[in-house]
Amino acid sequence: MSPNVRVKTLKIDGKDVSAREDQTILSVARENDIFIPTLCQMDGLTSVGACRLCLVEIKGSAKLQAACVTEVQEGMEVVTDSERLHSYRKMLIELLFVARNHICSVCVSNGHCELQSLAQRLGITHIHFPFRYPKLAVDLSHDRFGMDNNRCIRCGRCVRVCDEIEGAHTWDLMGRGDASQIVCDLNQPWGSSETCTSCGKCVHVCPTGALFEKGKSSSEMSKRQEFLPYLTLMRGDHNE
Amino acid sequence: MTTDELQQISTIEQETQGQYQHHVCVCVAAGCLSSQADVVQESLAKEIERQGMGDKCHIKGVGCMGLCSRGPLVSVDPEGVLYQNVKPSDSAEIIESLGKEKVSRLECSTEIPFFQHQKKIVLENSGLIDPNRIEEYIAVGGYGSLVTCLTEMTPSEVIDEIIKSGLRGRGGAGYPTGLKWSMVAKSRPGHNGKYIVCNADEGDPGAFMDRSVLESDPHRIIEGMTIAAYAVGATNGYIYVRAEYPLAIKRLRNAIRQASRLGLLGNEICGTPHRFNIELRLGAGAFVCGEETALLASIEGKRGTPRPRPPFPAESGLWEAPTLINNVETFANIATVIRNGSSWFSAIGTEKSKGTKVFALAGRVENTGLIEVPMGITLREIIFEIGGGIPGGARFKAVQTGGPSGGCIPENFLDAPVDYESLNRLGSIMGSGGMIVMDETSNMVDVAKFFMDFSRSESCGKCTPCRVGTAVMYDLLARITDGEGREQDLSMLEELCDLVKNTSLCGLGQTAPNPVLSTLRYFREEYNHQLVSSE
Repeated sequence: MSPNVRVKTLKIDGKDVSAREDQTILSVARENDIFIPTLCQMDGLTSVGACRLCLVEIKGSAKLQAACVTEVQEGMEVVTDSERLHSYRKMLIELLFVARNHICSVCVSNGHCELQSLAQRLGITHIHFPFRYPKLAVDLSHDRFGMDNNRCIRCGRCVRVCDEIEGAHTWDLMGRGDASQIVCDLNQPWGSSETCTSCGKCVHVCPTGALFEKGKSSSEMSKRQEFLPYLTLMRGDHNE
Repeated sequence: MTTDELQQISTIEQETQGQYQHHVCVCVAAGCLSSQADVVQESLAKEIERQGMGDKCHIKGVGCMGLCSRGPLVSVDPEGVLYQNVKPSDSAEIIESLGKEKVSRLECSTEIPFFQHQKKIVLENSGLIDPNRIEEYIAVGGYGSLVTCLTEMTPSEVIDEIIKSGLRGRGGAGYPTGLKWSMVAKSRPGHNGKYIVCNADEGDPGAFMDRSVLESDPHRIIEGMTIAAYAVGATNGYIYVRAEYPLAIKRLRNAIRQASRLGLLGNEICGTPHRFNIELRLGAGAFVCGEETALLASIEGKRGTPRPRPPFPAESGLWEAPTLINNVETFANIATVIRNGSSWFSAIGTEKSKGTKVFALAGRVENTGLIEVPMGITLREIIFEIGGGIPGGARFKAVQTGGPSGGCIPENFLDAPVDYESLNRLGSIMGSGGMIVMDETSNMVDVAKFFMDFSRSESCGKCTPCRVGTAVMYDLLARITDGEGREQDLSMLEELCDLVKNTSLCGLGQTAPNPVLSTLRYFREEYNHQLVSSE
């Protein structure tokens, strides 16, 4: 930690808290056991503010800000949960459900899925938007892993872990809008990739059952993410 | 290059032009070119030779004359006659008429409101000078403002002048230009200095303002950018222009080469220590790359997706260096503001919106084409006087401004002044200048669906609300136009509009609901009419 980093004080949900000036609202909130839902954010990876679940209200600003990428400011007053934020978050989760085919009961990640548990936590009992359900390909060409586009929420965690931690940058995104999807190298079968080191990090940072280990049946794919804080701590290149 | 040298080039050019008794100008901007203006120019040139007029008559291609619907356009000076819908077979007659009676069957009156009600700043040279020759730009006073800035003004004086002019960004959002410049000027340069970026990634359906300016008067952009570079302390610039504009790219390349050769770009510009270089970057056809952070990512060679702001590009832009991004039309105003002074500029327009705005007038209107009008003019004047009204006696229904980010304005607001604030209040935006007129044959739900189709396919797919929200909104609109929509679909649409507007990461998503919101606001009965009846 740099010695000349200043310390700030701010209010989150009415509670006075302290923070280093380079901390984000999200990290300060977590230190203080204040829950803000996230999906695309992951400690140890660059934050991109894409899933929009961590939007918070900041007093004096008309626009909602993503807590994962907004740095604290002296005297800031943050509201992390309001009726409006709650309704937006529920709708965002619903949109993730309607965009692809998330039938939990047949999913390898049932019971271990971040999307599923967030939906439960936010009290989502049914989806009121029309489902889209595009039919997308499943890539089972890799010896040990599989990739099911139908369960992908395009959080980009696999892309970032592969690029930033493993250094291979095998995964990336292609296409635009709701047709965008994760691709291996230049959109080729995973099994034929020459850049993939088969390290499996992408599989374990994936919040849903989109990336999974072969041989796992329904509800059997639990993810192990302990490596990420360990690696970042050992490398010492992230503050958090 | 000094003022004297500039003056010398100008004098020589004026003398050369003065040797000719007649000047024939053919519009060779993209609109007229598509109706064979190049063939017309060729046949006119041949005709001049054939009639032995070679040393009396000068022919040249010029930029956009504005009235695109009547192209190809040819103007003849000193007679001051404008000919419309000219065909190659008309050449002989036109050349024979020089100095005699004009060819009245081809004449397009320049007394009509289309020409009379316009006020030209950005387009002042458009249609008058040959965009391929820097000498012509210099002969009409071009690069004079640059020399003035470099030799007589300090950078902060230049910024002051822009602030005082009240000029606001012409890309659509209307951020005060001078304020943006001062932010970049105050930011600490990165190891690679600071950058100037010209946003020429014009992508709204039906909009062609930037293309016309680039094709008609490319040096104006170079001059504006170089002045900006001096004011903020930048040494490198990029023009990000879409690859779909091959003619604009060709003319820009040529203009950059000419300016460099005369020492108006490069090292030691005008003998001062100021150096500035411009490179072109071609966009690969993504609408979202018009959003500033996506544009910067694209210049850096990455996938063109936006990132959260702050940090704003003024502080951390290209390769994390302070970067000034302005739209083509904004840069096109700079030289004139410096030449005529900020008080001259700020006298034009309304209290909060100064100067003029270029619009691409399209759709169901008699005179389609490129126009420049003072801020504060009413929509009615633009559509019914300049535009000449609706063809075929049909009834006006709505005007759409701002493309997929804007809204549809109905007849009872036609007397609203055109400025940033008043268009916002009506649920639309100024936008970059697309203006599409619709008559009674247009179905407003279809219009909303068209723009939503555009937004959903142009969304970059990074953030959830824009990626999925626009797709679901499109599905709902399609259900309604297919006659299967129900009452609850409208409330769902409103719910999604609110969500996408307030939670999207960038301007594309934040404004994508506008076409739906504005049509729901003004034409709700059309939606209701298409719903399945509740019984």
